[in-house]
Parts: sequence; structure tokens; C-alpha cells
Amino acid sequence: MAEYKGVLVCGELAEGKLASVTTELLGCGRKLADELKEGLYCLLASDRVGDASKEAIAFGADKVHTVEHPALKEYQADSYLQVAEKLAKDVSPRVILIGQTSMGRDLAPRLAFRLGTSVTTDCLNLSIDPATRLLVQTHPVYGGNAQAVFTSESMPQMVTVRAKTMSQLERNASRKGEVIPIKMDIDTSKVRTKIVETVKEEAVGIKLEDAPVIVSGGRGMGGPQPFQTILKELADLLHGAVGASRPPADNGWVPEHLHIGLTGKIVAPDIYIAVAISGASQHTAGCSGSKHIIAINKDPEANIFREAQFGVVGKYEEVLPAFTNKLKELLAA
Amino acid sequence: MPVNMVVCCKQVPDPEAPPAVFKVVNNKMTLPPEVKPVIGQYEEFALEAALKIKDTVGGKITAVSLGNNFVRDVIKKSLAVGADELILLEDKAFEDGDSWSTANALAAAIKKIGAYDIIFCGRQSSDWDAGQVGLGIAEMLGIPAVTLARKVEVSNGKAKVERVIPDGYQVIEVTLPAVIVVTSGIGALRYATLKGIMAAAKKQPVVWKPADIGIDASKLGAAGRRSKLDKLFQPVKESKCEIIGGDTTAEAGAKLAVRLREAKLL
Repeated sequence: MAEYKGVLVCGELAEGKLASVTTELLGCGRKLADELKEGLYCLLASDRVGDASKEAIAFGADKVHTVEHPALKEYQADSYLQVAEKLAKDVSPRVILIGQTSMGRDLAPRLAFRLGTSVTTDCLNLSIDPATRLLVQTHPVYGGNAQAVFTSESMPQMVTVRAKTMSQLERNASRKGEVIPIKMDIDTSKVRTKIVETVKEEAVGIKLEDAPVIVSGGRGMGGPQPFQTILKELADLLHGAVGASRPPADNGWVPEHLHIGLTGKIVAPDIYIAVAISGASQHTAGCSGSKHIIAINKDPEANIFREAQFGVVGKYEEVLPAFTNKLKELLAA
Repeated sequence: MPVNMVVCCKQVPDPEAPPAVFKVVNNKMTLPPEVKPVIGQYEEFALEAALKIKDTVGGKITAVSLGNNFVRDVIKKSLAVGADELILLEDKAFEDGDSWSTANALAAAIKKIGAYDIIFCGRQSSDWDAGQVGLGIAEMLGIPAVTLARKVEVSNGKAKVERVIPDGYQVIEVTLPAVIVVTSGIGALRYATLKGIMAAAKKQPVVWKPADIGIDASKLGAAGRRSKLDKLFQPVKESKCEIIGGDTTAEAGAKLAVRLREAKLL
């Protein structure tokens, strides 16, 4: 039987740089590896990896395996899988960490099935059981209404990790590590999908994930218009962005990329103002990392008041204009 | 060219039920009887994707559900909205599986169905939220898969899929047969017509047992799990919300602004 050792992070690049989710995985992976007294490895695969490999070391990796190939410019499962499967077999890690991202959601289950193991997706918490040395994996279920703790004895133990739930280490450029470039042929005849076109839909202005303040509307907004007027006015005043829960996105009131929640974006702004959002667990899964949640809802029993620090019970049509006007006055003073 | 489609539909407790009714007792989710089972929300989108293709190029839709003790009126919704056949993998042995044992059984059933061009799945079930079964089926059948589809068109033995990415979408062409994993944006599942409901009432689902798909019970359901559920729990959350009041709701709104300013939040 092969020996499984160490923790492997399947990294991602964003616009040529190490993605923030990868630095978070490295922070989490470092702790797990230290507990196991084993190494932390990172895979970076792209058309060009560049300095990101050194960054991965600065953020905690002991060894960074890099694969550069033109076929890896954009993520496609059939090309990435060839790389990830080979590396997973060569490195033979005990644990594989992947981000619960657009790529991770698509890659991790396929890789697990190919390696003949299991994966727990969207984990919020990971630890090592000192008695069994198994990875204890916590994954929210029932739309966030409960959490399940899994372990698996089939190796490697694979998980995907929700963004913004793990802390990265402080960047330390003097950390020592090794970059191992791997020459690999990718059989492009095995790639059964073709990206015909990539279309950016994101609105101009501040990105939802980076906004310090988010003003978010729910089903109770009643239609598309208030997102462009009353919510936007407040968001602009606070130099923030407008977001939404799932119903407005499903109903086409706002574009899908504004959807915050379990199956949308995960955000963690300083201030999250939830307007006419009931606070279903599917939604709070995407915003509960916010520093301060403020809720405006006409239903005093709405679940959002359990998450919020401050709240007003009332119709948003009455509460919000008065709130925005008073705030304008206070900010101008 | 008519398209042979399989749609995987799971029966789950209504995910829209208020959070307070979800209660974990002895490591099991227990729900009061007034919470009715439904077909999972993403599986409904998957059904709609298949129906749209049937509308435009024609074809046959076979719905497949795996579990035990299906509520016939709930699970037959697929027939009422326009699926041609419903196969139920229904047995105690199918209960409490993980993504691996579920995908393994579904893949075996789909092989038995034989003719398939597209297998539609929802992006994740509304109960365990794992998001793996569609990809598992693709791996087991050795066919490609496209995830997070919000639009699907079929022509010349290929599917053109709009795949949602964080800042927009990609148009992806995939050779058939393929698994297509559907997300919201495809459009809500159509209502069943009276005619559809009447037709569904006359149809009986086909029930397959483990022996019918040739899989040993040790690889099914709870016995076939690769990952072990150690614990199911609900983190205790204490509400600490400070409710700001006023003589009118507008006044409360203005007071909220003052309070947030005081607290130096804004």
C-alpha cells in the first residue's frame, strides 16, 4: 500500500497572481501539516505561473509544484484533471485542500472519483483528530440549517474549503521552500469541451467581494426598480455595492453576479445592510462573515434579526428613505 | 435529431421551510409533518432545462429518482410537467448514501436505460448540499460534464452551454453524450397543465431494486459510503440584535442612522 503523507493545496491564480483563496488554504494547510508533523505542498498550474510560486512559499508552502502549459491558460476540467491526477498520485498526500470556487467545485468531485476516494465540499472547519490522525471535516448542510462532521478513511482525504473562512499566514518573504517545475504533456485530444467565448457581465464600479459596505435587497423588494434607485442611492453614499439574496437573482431583478449566498457569492464586508431579506440560511451562508449586519424587515420574526446587530422593524419604503436622508445629514456635518 | 435525456430528481424536505423548523435529533434531521417533501430546487431547474430542449428539438425525458418511501404525488411531478417516464430506485438499501454510493447506483441505472445523449442533474441537492453526484455519474460513465449551466442548446451531436462564472459566463461546447449540471437562471420549472396532471395520474413509475441494476447491497446507500457522518449538529446562535424603534417607522429609520453613527460603524 502506498504511503500517504503531507497536505497538498491545489492552488489557483487570479490574473497571474496567487488567488486569495489559495493563501487562505495555505494558512489552513500549514496548521494541519504542522499538527501532522508533515509537509505542505502546493500545486500551481497555468500557462504561466511566474512569481506566484515564490508567493506560495511566503504564505506557508514547503514545496511548490508548478506546471506550465498553454492548455492551462483557462480552466477546463479535462486538461486540469490530467495535471491534478498525476500530481496527486506522485506526491501521494494524506490530505488535499481545494477552494470551493468556480474551479474547485468543478474539479474536486471529478478528482476524488478518479482517485477512488471521497471529497467533502464547502468545509467551514478542518482539524486533525489526534487519536486517529484523520481529517475532521465540517460541512454545512440543509441550506445551512445544520452542520455535518465527516471523516473518511479512504486516502487521500479530500475537501473543498469555503472562501473567507480560513486565515492566511502573514506573508514572510524569507520563508524557505522549494519550487519544483514539472514538465508535463497535456493530451489535448482528451479535452472534450471547448470554451467558445468568455463574457464578463460584472457592472462597472466596486466589486461585490471587495466592497467595505454592501446594501443588499431580498424578495421583499418586490421588483427590479428599487435595486437601481433606493438601494443604489444608499450604497453610493457609503461607497459600497448593491447585492441581493437569491430570489431577486432567480426572478431576473438583478444579474446573477449580485447574488450573495450559499450558491452565489460569499462576502465579508465591514457593514452588511440587509433590506427586506428574510434571512434564510441559504442567504446568511454568504454574508455571516460580515463584521456588522444591519437588518430592515417588516417581519419582526424574520430570521435575519438573529444574525443582525442592529435592526429596524418596518416597511423598507418607509424606513430606508429616512435612514438614508439622516445619514446624509450626519455624514455632511 | 430528437434527444434522449435523463434527469436525476431527488425528493427532499422543502428547503423553503422556515429555519426554525429544522431540528437535529440524535444526529438526524427531523422535520414536523407539515413540512412536505418536494423535488429539490436545482433538480427542478434541471427538469426545466430538459423540457426546453424537448420543446425545441424534440426528444424523450426519463426522470430517475433514488431513495426510499417516495411520496408518489411529489415524485410524479416530473411526469406531470412533461417527462415521458419515471424510474424509481426505491429500496431501503438506497437510504443514507454519500455522493459516491448515490452516483454509483445512478450511473448503473442510466447504463441500464441505455440510450442517453444528455444527463441533467441539479448543481447540489437541497439537503446535503454536496454538489458531486452529476460529476460522479460523468466519471463513472466516462463522459464529459459541464457544470453550472444556465442555458443549453443542442445541435449536430453537440450541446452549447452557458456556464456561470463569478463575473459573467462562458459559452462551452461539449460533445454528447454528456452530463450537464444545472444552476438557477435556466428559468423556473413550468407549472403542470391539467392535461399533464391527468396523464401523470394514469402512469405508473417503474421501480428498480438493487438487483435490477446489478449492484451488491454492500456498495449501496449507507453501507457503500466512503465518508462517514460522525455528527450532525446545529450551532447555537444567540440573537443579540438591538431593535431601534420610533413613533413611526420613518423615525426609527432616522434613529438607526444616528445609532450607527454613534457606534462609529458609518
